[in-house]
Amino acid sequence: MTLMKQFLGAAATLALLSGAAAADPALIYDLGGKFDKSFNEAAYAGAKKWAEETGGSYKELEMQSEAQREQALRRLAESGANPIAMTGFAFGDVLNTVAPDYPNTRFVIIDAVVDQPNVRSVVFTEEQGSYLVGMMAALASKSQTVGFIGGMDIPLIRKFACGYAQGVKAVNADAKVLQNMTGTTPAAWNDPVKGAELTKAQVAQGADVIYAAAGSTGIGILQAAADANILSIGVDSNQNYLHPGQVLTSMVKRVDNSVYEAFKEGPELSTGTMVMDLAKDGVGYAMDENNAKLVTDEMKAKVDAAAAKIKSGEITVHDYMTDNTCPVE
Amino acid sequence: MDYATLLQILASTLRLATPLLLACLAGLYSERSGIFDIGLEGKMLMAAMASGAIAAMTGSAWIGLAAGIGASLLLAALHGVASITFRGNQLISGVALNFVASGATVLIAQALFQQGGRTPPLTGAARFEPLALPFVDTLKGVPLFGPFYAQVLSGHSILVYLALAAVPASWWLLYRTRFGLRLRAVGENPESVDTAGVSVIRLRYTAVALTGVLCGVAGAYMATALQAGFGREMTAGRGYIALAALIFAKWRPWSALWATLLFGFLQALALRPDVIEGTLHMKIPVSFLDALPYILTVIVLAGFVGRAIPPRAGGEPYVKER
Repeated sequence: MTLMKQFLGAAATLALLSGAAAADPALIYDLGGKFDKSFNEAAYAGAKKWAEETGGSYKELEMQSEAQREQALRRLAESGANPIAMTGFAFGDVLNTVAPDYPNTRFVIIDAVVDQPNVRSVVFTEEQGSYLVGMMAALASKSQTVGFIGGMDIPLIRKFACGYAQGVKAVNADAKVLQNMTGTTPAAWNDPVKGAELTKAQVAQGADVIYAAAGSTGIGILQAAADANILSIGVDSNQNYLHPGQVLTSMVKRVDNSVYEAFKEGPELSTGTMVMDLAKDGVGYAMDENNAKLVTDEMKAKVDAAAAKIKSGEITVHDYMTDNTCPVE
Repeated sequence: MDYATLLQILASTLRLATPLLLACLAGLYSERSGIFDIGLEGKMLMAAMASGAIAAMTGSAWIGLAAGIGASLLLAALHGVASITFRGNQLISGVALNFVASGATVLIAQALFQQGGRTPPLTGAARFEPLALPFVDTLKGVPLFGPFYAQVLSGHSILVYLALAAVPASWWLLYRTRFGLRLRAVGENPESVDTAGVSVIRLRYTAVALTGVLCGVAGAYMATALQAGFGREMTAGRGYIALAALIFAKWRPWSALWATLLFGFLQALALRPDVIEGTLHMKIPVSFLDALPYILTVIVLAGFVGRAIPPRAGGEPYVKER
């Protein structure tokens, strides 16, 4: 019996050791899916960059349903993956309960703050990036009506909307900002048909630039905007290439850099909250050959001037999540 | 709410109701012949993937449509073999096919295009473009009807008109032809059809094939007209809403049109919370509007608004007495 125990103990230690030796980092994508051409795909781009540079390998998991979150986290933690990065605010509560059970594993959560000693929380100042693209929308709009379509109706997406509206009003106080949310469940991140219908509804109300902050739903929004021959604004990743000449710009959120740096620091990465703002290049707007003709030098100069003022603190963009209200509609 | 907004919502209604209408008519054929088909969703999804993929490869929306119908027919044939020939449980077969479609579509699309289970965006002839109906410009001046004709009726893809034409065609087929009489009879009392010397098996297979064709058109409409490509789970439960509409319509073609238009209208209205607030002067949660089709169906099923009586032999495999 004791012999048996010793054997089992040895086997277990061996298993643990081999697990620790293969401390690959891991990445979990949220319900929008790895290839949403937006938020999750940016995270994938960061991980891929790390893998190409270091020749290392990483584990990855795509969420299929809400119920898998805790299971996925625990399974990856038990398999010895370290650090484990995850995309999306929805992991917040789950991570808060799981993290204390694996004190030797480091976790990285993007878009939420989890106050645990072994967690790094990465948050972005989306209101600043959205402010800049809002300015650009107002400068490009001829009808003085611009639109915003969000994914799931959560404070984070309202933060995008609020920053955007502030940017629009900064350029043109009379401009109208139409706002719609796709839904109230995580399915709203992956409903391009509804996104397209919302776009058509906003076009009918006169919008000629529409900002999509809706994960995979955005693909339908950008498509419908291109079909209706109006401009759209992409989100998270640079989406200008999706419809060249018809996507005004993209509000890029450098999720890729955050994942890349976390993987690079490896199992010993520092914890705490990291705020990625405009000054740290955490957010910004995308320029490339696909939208070069749409953005005039004058527009660019105005937006860049505002960006400099935000960095220096001369302009403060209100963050919806601080008080759940927006100063402009 | 002004007239322009109403027209916009009605146009949206027609677009959103089309896949529901096609799927609802598809279910109608199957269920009228006594084969319950819960797998409308899966067939639509499979058709959406096949049409999106083939249209992207060939650059022709019509070949895409044919591929969509083919893929949907394949699933319909499987359902037929399981539930008609092998007399399996029709609900279980339908649910199984839904799961197969949900997984297989993403897998096939990923293997073909490596774009995360999505098909590449379609452009030009690979998509069904909106059609302008004749006399749009001449009728523009007519008050009320002119704008209605131009904005609501005109400017949809050909599949929308095909779906609308399928309603009178289905009515004629079911109520004015010998085939229709037999089809309805086989769903009510297969023994009598068998006694008359008509093959129950063949009739039911024909009905299931018709279901496959219509679901194929519905799926192709979603991937190549409404959207420009297939995306994971893009049917988003429309097959189930169509089933609800079928019950709501009490298994009749014309009622199916009104039921799906009503459900489409509710979906379109849910997209415009500002309009609802403006007209009713109170906030109605969007989730309530989303749930309304199901609530209405339950009310109909409970017998408050007439009775919904399903075909009597529905769900039961036919066994010839020996």
